[in-house]
Amino acid sequence: MAASTLPSDPFNLVITGVGGQGNVMASRVLGNILTRKGFTVTIGETFGASQRGGSVMSHLRVSEETTWSPQIPKGRAHAVIALEPTEAVRVLADYGNPGVYTLCNTRPVHSIAVISGESAYPEQHQVKQWLRDLSERAWFLEATNAAMEMGNAILANIMMIGALSATGLLPVDSQGFEAVISRSMPADKAARNCEAFDIGAEMLRAADRGQSVK
Amino acid sequence: MSRIIQGAPGEHHLFMGNEAIARGALEAGISVAAGYPGTPSSEIIENLAADASETDVYVEWSANEKVAAEVAAAASFAGLRALCVMKQNGVNVASDFLLHLAGGGTRGGMVLVPCDDPGALSSINEGESRHFARLLEVPLLEPGDFQEAKDMIKWAFELSEQIGNMVMVRSVTRLSHASGDVELGKIPESDAKARFRHTGFILDPEQGAMTSAPVGYKHALQQEKLQKAEALFEDAPFNTYTGPENPELLVITSSACHLYSREAIGILGLENRAGLLKLGTTWPLPRQLVRAHLEKCGRVLVVEEVIPFLEENIKVLAAELAPEIGAKTFYAKRDGTLPATGEMNPDHVICALAAIFNLEYRSAPEQYTEKAKLCVLAGAPGRDLTFCPGCPHRASFWTLHNVLALDNREGFVCGDIGCYSMGMRETGFYTLKTMHAMGSGTGIASGFGKLDRFGMDQSIVAVSGDSTFFHAVLPGLVNAVHHGSNFTLVIFDNSGTAMTGFQPHPGLEVDAMGKPAPPLDIAGICQAIGAKVSVCDPFDLENTRDTMLETLDDRQGVNVVIFRQSCALSPEKKGKPRYEMHLDQKVCMGENCGCNKLCTRVFKCPGLNWDEKNQAARIDEVICAGCGVCADICPAGAITKKEAG
Repeated sequence: MAASTLPSDPFNLVITGVGGQGNVMASRVLGNILTRKGFTVTIGETFGASQRGGSVMSHLRVSEETTWSPQIPKGRAHAVIALEPTEAVRVLADYGNPGVYTLCNTRPVHSIAVISGESAYPEQHQVKQWLRDLSERAWFLEATNAAMEMGNAILANIMMIGALSATGLLPVDSQGFEAVISRSMPADKAARNCEAFDIGAEMLRAADRGQSVK
Repeated sequence: MSRIIQGAPGEHHLFMGNEAIARGALEAGISVAAGYPGTPSSEIIENLAADASETDVYVEWSANEKVAAEVAAAASFAGLRALCVMKQNGVNVASDFLLHLAGGGTRGGMVLVPCDDPGALSSINEGESRHFARLLEVPLLEPGDFQEAKDMIKWAFELSEQIGNMVMVRSVTRLSHASGDVELGKIPESDAKARFRHTGFILDPEQGAMTSAPVGYKHALQQEKLQKAEALFEDAPFNTYTGPENPELLVITSSACHLYSREAIGILGLENRAGLLKLGTTWPLPRQLVRAHLEKCGRVLVVEEVIPFLEENIKVLAAELAPEIGAKTFYAKRDGTLPATGEMNPDHVICALAAIFNLEYRSAPEQYTEKAKLCVLAGAPGRDLTFCPGCPHRASFWTLHNVLALDNREGFVCGDIGCYSMGMRETGFYTLKTMHAMGSGTGIASGFGKLDRFGMDQSIVAVSGDSTFFHAVLPGLVNAVHHGSNFTLVIFDNSGTAMTGFQPHPGLEVDAMGKPAPPLDIAGICQAIGAKVSVCDPFDLENTRDTMLETLDDRQGVNVVIFRQSCALSPEKKGKPRYEMHLDQKVCMGENCGCNKLCTRVFKCPGLNWDEKNQAARIDEVICAGCGVCADICPAGAITKKEAG
């Protein structure tokens, strides 16, 4: 039996980004934290070809009761974590609804259509406005920049998990994260990941306080 | 680190479908596992291989799927339990052997796991394997969730031994690559001993020779085995019904579609009106079980992916039973209730149910959806797949594209299967012009290379990856040399089966289990076959271009050029850039340079951006992998490279 109740059952979370940003790792870690707490977690994800610079998406369904479809029905996401801003827009168009919570890393990854000049990448303030309009609440975090300050941009995915923990939407905390991460990597690497998790949580709390976040 | 052997019976773990299948095989006490990498199947063999030192299971990445099936069958003939794994089109490759194997039968349990890819998420086809069960006349099981993915494997091994024939367990991407809750069972201690008994009478299934002849006798025996399986299916634990005693609509489904159907019924609140018959044993259909449900309902919706396999088999049964149970109305793929192609999802089932029950359904408020769609149009630019930053294929296709233009004979490249298949798209400068099965590039080029007598004077190039070379290129190459075909085969040797996650192949010094293995030399093999061979580094643009131009000029027989440069994601390279790259925006002349923005508009490496504000290119330090190639492309000398410390 699960240790705590969920805002809804199942709780539907989409983690999205671009191939190579650590989407799959983030969904597995989060899924393992919640499984250890006694929840029944189902994750659907797309990898393989789409890993090569394409849009990627993980669907997490957290339940106290049963396994759910590995694809969330359209319009039924409760929360979205986006490692890339325009991917958040894409996901909300399919899975969003007026009650969705959105956590967005602000660093763009330009697609080859943008690099080549065939398409334009939107201005950041514009993307933020769209995401606010399409969400009950949207948080914007400079996770990649903070991860680069730590020396490794890939840690942005863990920062976003840390940020999710600080929203209180799901029963995820740093102890739960540490327990899972320390089983899958050497101690020094796990410590760096825990640090990233805590920075992410603090970034969200700072955003909540209305302070400018790093 | 693999986790599939960890965990005591009764513990719950979050397992990927492929991990659940691998754990199921261990709980079934397998001795041998063989396969060929292919998304979405690869993690099954990978997980078994990673734990091989602790489990005493022999695990191999075979040269191709047919060999994998033969290796697994040998273990079965010697009395051991053997698992064979492949993606859907691997079954096509293995099918000639499998037909004969199914005709002759097996001894130790043998389970074939094909993983299909509905929607072609990581394939260039959505062909499926279920119809092979009917063609081969062997039983077919389809897990409906993660727990079943594990439990069904063990059950399949027992079934295989009960009937003396191979059993198929079919997975799909949304199970293999999805994850869910699995309660673990016990992994037995192994005391397996191998002995092939062959001295008995030829018709003796346990002591005689193993073959499908004499056909008349063996084929009849094979069908008896199938009938035995059908009888066991009547009480199989994987066939379940939920819903009212006499539903208004009977939904019949299998595999991941069962989860979509269950959720769709719940969302529309149809629990008391629609019944859900979830079948885990889909060929042959358990006749009495299906009959008992068809009897109680006049309308049937069949939910499956991709071809109407279940639909047609149920319709045959319904037609046979019609005099007794009456005619039924079917909703499925053939009448257009559900899409005929692509993968299924909860929304397709919701739409079908809403239409049948005449209900209104909207996934989100209309105003919201309209607004969100406008935002995507305005601000979520398309994201076509691209070679990774630092990928040797981008440099390779850059050169192939350019030399064919310089060669000026409307030359073209015959493609093959791997990451480099993307050479057909923008990221490979649209260089590939044919693309079919594993090895087909070389076979097709072998044919093109004989058309000169009909006036064909175009330059012909085929490409192949290193793993594909061993899998299916060899016969095409032998054919081409023997028949004096004229073309150039470029082998992209990136030191591993990169597309599927770096599995070893016969060209490497290590096997699936991480043990040392004698590497087969691709250049030496090509020379021995009689091709002219040269080797270059695709990151050396100038030398590669000159080698290719010389080769294209030769036009005598088969030339092989090996482009040797390991994958950017290979363990030895990942996260270790060779060069520190620098772009001087004062030197970059942008639109005013005669290069027409060669680096961003044409080369399009994701590690380079166009800086609108400064009207110059810029390096994205998060993404750049430091391969150094763009420094040799920039004509202005704005990009420079320095060996990384």
